[in-house]
Amino acid sequence: MPRLSATALHDVRFTLNGRPARVAAEPRLLATDALRHGLGLTGTHVGCEHGVCGACTILIDGVPARACLTLAVQFEGRDVRTVEGLAPSPDRLSVLQEAFRRHHALHCGFCTAGILMSVDAFLKTTPDPDEHLVREVVGGHLCRCTGYSAIVAAVLDAAAILRGDGSNV
Amino acid sequence: MKPAAFDFVRAETLEEALETLASHGGDARVIAGGQSLLPMLNMRLAKPAVLVDIMGLPALRAIRREGDAIVVPAGVRQAELLASAEIAAQPLLAAALPFLGHYQTRSRGTVCGSAAHADPSAEIPLCLVALGGEVRLRTRRKARRVKAADFFTGMMTTAKADDEMIEAVAFPVAQPGSAYAFKEYSRRHGDFAIVGCAARVASDAIDLAVCGVADTPERRSFPRLAGSALDDALNAFAWALDARDDLHASARLRRDLVRAMGRAVIEEAERCLA
Repeated sequence: MPRLSATALHDVRFTLNGRPARVAAEPRLLATDALRHGLGLTGTHVGCEHGVCGACTILIDGVPARACLTLAVQFEGRDVRTVEGLAPSPDRLSVLQEAFRRHHALHCGFCTAGILMSVDAFLKTTPDPDEHLVREVVGGHLCRCTGYSAIVAAVLDAAAILRGDGSNV
Repeated sequence: MKPAAFDFVRAETLEEALETLASHGGDARVIAGGQSLLPMLNMRLAKPAVLVDIMGLPALRAIRREGDAIVVPAGVRQAELLASAEIAAQPLLAAALPFLGHYQTRSRGTVCGSAAHADPSAEIPLCLVALGGEVRLRTRRKARRVKAADFFTGMMTTAKADDEMIEAVAFPVAQPGSAYAFKEYSRRHGDFAIVGCAARVASDAIDLAVCGVADTPERRSFPRLAGSALDDALNAFAWALDARDDLHASARLRRDLVRAMGRAVIEEAERCLA
C-alpha cells in the first residue's frame, strides 16, 4: 500500500495535454500550484481556492475538475488537460476559443481558461445543448465582467460549428 | 488557503483503507472526490494527519440494484449516479441531483462523500432521509447499517465513528402508488440551498422532508391533507424546525419557504400521482 510521507517530495507521473509529464509534490500540494509553479503552466488561474469561482477548472480523465480542490498526488496515472492544450497549434485557436474571440466573450480574461475547459468537456457529451443547459454549465464559473450573455452566445455558436450546422461568422 | 501537511495513503484494498482508519482514529480521513473535504483542508477547518484515497478500489465504483434499493458505493461520483440507468427507479434522486453543486463539482464529488460531509442544506442527505434510506458503515472488524434519520446527528456531524468508513449508501426505489417531487431555493443554481423540499405522496399519506432549516434534514408524515388543513400542518412543521437567521436568509424567510415550497412539492407529487 503506497504511503506518501507528508514531508517528502513524491514523483507524480501523469499525462498532461497528451504528453507524459511528472512533477515533484508533497501530498498537500494543490494541483493548481503543481501546474503553475511546478510545471510553469500559468493558464490555469487561481481565484478563490475553495471551489467556488471555477477559474482553475481543468479536465481529469475528460471530466471537469476544480484544480484547487484536487491534490497534485491525485494526478498519478491520470489524463490531465489544461487550457494550454486546447489550441490545435501555436498559431491557431480551437473552434471554441475562436467563438469566444468573435463574440467578445471575455473582458479581463481571468475566468476564461476555466470556462473554456468546462465547455470543451460539456460539448463533447452534449453537442446540441439548449441555452438553459449552457447557462447551467457556465453558472459553475464566476465572471464579473461580461454578464455572461456573450459567453452563452459563443458556446452556442461553437456548438453549431462543431456539429457542422454552419455558423453565423 | 493551503492544506496543512498530511500523509497520503493510496489504498489498494478495502482492508488497507480500514486498517489505516483503525490505526489513526480521528486523525485519518477518507478522500474520494474531495469536493467537500478539500475546501475544509484549504481553509484548515480540518487538519487530518493522514488521508486515505479510496478511488483506486474497483469494488467501490459500481452502482448496483439490491432488491428495492439502489446501492451507491463510496467511489461513485455524483455525475455517474445522475447518468446511470439505475436512477430511473427513483424519480426523487433524478430530480434532486442536478441541483447538487455544479456540473464541474458533480464530475468529481461522490455521493457518499456528500453524506459523510453532512451539510445541513445538502441534497444527498435530504434524499436519504426523505426516502428512508440507509448508510452502510464498515470498520476492520464489523459492518453495520444505519437508517438515514439516525445517521445525521447534527450540523456536519454523523453517527460514523472515527474508525468507520461509509462503504455505500442505499436509496429505496420508488414505491408503487407513490409519486415524488423536489424543489429548492438558492440565490443561484448550484449554490447551497437556502431551503430544499422533497415530497412523497401516496393514496393515504404525505411524507415531506426539508433541508437547509434545521441542523439535519427532517421528515414529517401527514395524512392526505388539502386546503387550510395542509397549511396548518406545514405551518406547524415550519415552526418545529427551529429556523435561525444567518448571512443567507432570515428564519422567517426559511419558514415561509417551508410553507410555500412544501405545498408546491406536495401538489406537484399529487399531480404526478393523478
